[in-house]
Amino acid sequence: MKLPFSQPQRLLAALLVFAAVVLAGCGFSTEDSGGGSNDSGPEGITLYSGRIPAAIGPAVDSYEAEADRDVKVRFAETADLAATLVEEGDASPADAFFAQEPGAIAAVAEAGLLTKLPQNILDMVPARYRDPEGRWVGVTGRARVIAYNKDVVSESELPPAPFGLTAPKWKDRVGWSPASSSMQEYVTALRARYGDDRTRQWLEEMVDNGAVSFPDNVTIRDAIAKGEIDVGLINHYYVAQAIGEEGPDYPVAVYFPPGGLGSLMLLTSVGVLESSDRKPEAFAFVRSLLSDKSQQFFTSSSKEYPLAKGARPDPSLSVPINQIPVSDSSLVDLKELQGTIELMQESGAL
Amino acid sequence: MLGARPAPVWLLGAGAVVGLAAVLPAAYLAVVVFGDFSAALETALSSRALETLLRTAALTAAVVVTSVAIALPIGWLTVRTDLPGRRLWAVLCTLPLVIPSYVGAYLLVAALGPNGMVQEALGVDRLPSIYGFTGAWLVLTLFTYPLVLIPLRATLRRIDPQLEDAARAMGRSPLEVFRTVVLPQLWPVIAAGSLLVALFTISDFGAVSILRFRSFTSEIYIAYQSSFDRVAAAALGAVLVVAMLALLFASSKVRGAKAVHRLGPGTLRPAPPYRLGRWRWPALAFCSLIVLVAFALPVGVLIYWASKGISTGSTSLNTIAALGGNSLLIAAWAAAIGAVAALAVAALVVRYPSPASRLVERLSHAGYALPGILVALGLVFFATRAVPALYQTIALLVFAMTIHYLPLAIGPTASSLLQLSPRIEEAARGMGRGQAEVFRTITIPLARGGMMAGAALVFLHAMKELTVTLILSPIGFKTLATDIWTQTTYGFYEASAIPALVLLAVAAIPVYLLSEQGAAPP
Repeated sequence: MKLPFSQPQRLLAALLVFAAVVLAGCGFSTEDSGGGSNDSGPEGITLYSGRIPAAIGPAVDSYEAEADRDVKVRFAETADLAATLVEEGDASPADAFFAQEPGAIAAVAEAGLLTKLPQNILDMVPARYRDPEGRWVGVTGRARVIAYNKDVVSESELPPAPFGLTAPKWKDRVGWSPASSSMQEYVTALRARYGDDRTRQWLEEMVDNGAVSFPDNVTIRDAIAKGEIDVGLINHYYVAQAIGEEGPDYPVAVYFPPGGLGSLMLLTSVGVLESSDRKPEAFAFVRSLLSDKSQQFFTSSSKEYPLAKGARPDPSLSVPINQIPVSDSSLVDLKELQGTIELMQESGAL
Repeated sequence: MLGARPAPVWLLGAGAVVGLAAVLPAAYLAVVVFGDFSAALETALSSRALETLLRTAALTAAVVVTSVAIALPIGWLTVRTDLPGRRLWAVLCTLPLVIPSYVGAYLLVAALGPNGMVQEALGVDRLPSIYGFTGAWLVLTLFTYPLVLIPLRATLRRIDPQLEDAARAMGRSPLEVFRTVVLPQLWPVIAAGSLLVALFTISDFGAVSILRFRSFTSEIYIAYQSSFDRVAAAALGAVLVVAMLALLFASSKVRGAKAVHRLGPGTLRPAPPYRLGRWRWPALAFCSLIVLVAFALPVGVLIYWASKGISTGSTSLNTIAALGGNSLLIAAWAAAIGAVAALAVAALVVRYPSPASRLVERLSHAGYALPGILVALGLVFFATRAVPALYQTIALLVFAMTIHYLPLAIGPTASSLLQLSPRIEEAARGMGRGQAEVFRTITIPLARGGMMAGAALVFLHAMKELTVTLILSPIGFKTLATDIWTQTTYGFYEASAIPALVLLAVAAIPVYLLSEQGAAPP
């Protein structure tokens, strides 16, 4: 006679039932904002954040304390959140969206989901760091730079612009991330400044020169640190973070190429949803992100450039912000981005 | 014959509910695709999409073949031979399933990549590149072959040794007996396991992105992350659904409606183990190699990272416990509901084959072929429009996990039903019991083994799931998987190692039980 359950089956059933009942009984645990402070005030806005908790938590906490409001934050990849906002449409629970990449917030703005920000917010940021139509403002900036292994390469060897990385000297030594949005923003800016032909030529030469494709900035940085490649095109602050973690002996350094848009500024930005019924609060939150205190947090913790007028970059950022170019092309134009993808695909980079 | 009867209305109704639920993400794709049909068609039929499809098909075929090539010998060795420590090997060889593919890929790069740990240990200048096809093939094989091994071992245990005895008595060599008698009985279960491996491979994003293999899901992510083009992404997703239907069709051709239940009377006689003799050394070497590469190596790297993470004091045990509790909650609910839903589908398909039941089976596989982002967005689309009160609740998250991983539960449940002779049910019907009563008192108890195995598989995958959790969970709800994501986004691997190890430990429990499935003598 066969028992209805074998012993392992009984154990498994017991485990599942136990887990479901006990956990459902005592509810589930959620944490407050990224910073993890639990002094919840009255219910406040909901933020969709493409930045991870450690990169935004203290800024949210300081707004919560000042406004006596409890901010709820959903963390995910910026592009996934943008796609989610588009599907949610008017039914979105989000009041504000903090994007890591300009393309994502442009997509949300293009879908008609962002409201125009009040002039007193727009005035807090120089015009070149915000949407010409006033639907979002830049909060921090990251420079596209050349990272290199300082044990193998000296800074004086590096070319004055990324265009120079197609020289035979750099064959099979360069890492890039064609699938990442930061690389694509850079290519978009190249097209606007130098035209499609010059850009295509550079992309093709990079491919021919054995540029190694990585999925993102972090993997390029780590590959340089391990000696897998010697130089790479990445965002500057990833290296600063690694030096913070690993100490001054960390083998990777950054170089801001003076030419060829070599240190292009990429923006992280925030916008307020048209569907929000807490717009005044959401505006107050945006103002808080642009306040001295939050701007100071961003630049000192993640070594990004603060974009609010009057904010001072971290002392470790030796290149002044006004020497870092922004794109001539309007990054809000998604058609430009589509054109970039096609160009990169045709040239074999993507 | 029971199979010829029409399915009872309540069972058909239950199956229809499950099928409709599971097809929601695919329905969302249809809505988007038909919103801009010409653009969608252009993307789906572009030469780039076709090239990527072929590349993905090649990867899928390779992963399936090697998964079977690993699972078949291990399954046979651990069930039918006197391999020393075979029960331990069975558990160890099933454990790689707990390692999420993105973690496995990171670890493979750390271990076998350029200037990685192995290269340093060997002191050589260069190892063969693991990037591209090779790496994706290796990682996906190593971490999914247990999907073939688990049902294979369950079936091997239940094979009647009388046929083999007869074949041997006729003077056939052991190899011939295996090829002509054992293997034909295994094809259906190999096909079912291969289907799961294949669907996992085409829907995986974590491993292929880290290992720089441009598969179909990479194209879908490029469509979202680069050009924010939802029509292109949906069109590519629709191609995956079609590919899934083709795989399902191929798999069902192999499986057929083969009756694998025994016809003879009496209880199953346990098969005497084959004596390996000197062959046990290569057998042990093979098992050791697989366990070393697919389990010991990745876990070793994680423990090394975790030890560095603990020394910097970045992890709070309370937080980890809360995260583990959340992961467990979601996974347990998805497993329980998935098992019940799978029973409805499996019972329809196995006991009442008809065009309607085949349709239900196909619909219920739709969510597994799609990458998590499309499943999540599909439910965002429908939930915000139809049931806004449920949007971003635990209930919706569990629902999403259940439909995403449902086929994992259908396979084993269907297998266990196939091995049951319908004559038992017929006999009960003959004694005047109603269909519902027979189902409750005979079918469910006898299908429990398969349901449990299916529930454990859903549990395991729901523990590892990332994108669906990030988008559909209640706000502020974090799991072990989301914590690993948070840490690795900026490359803090040491800090991510502790939640990863806890995830492995929790997921190892159902895996252990799976490998013991039916280990007790019948």
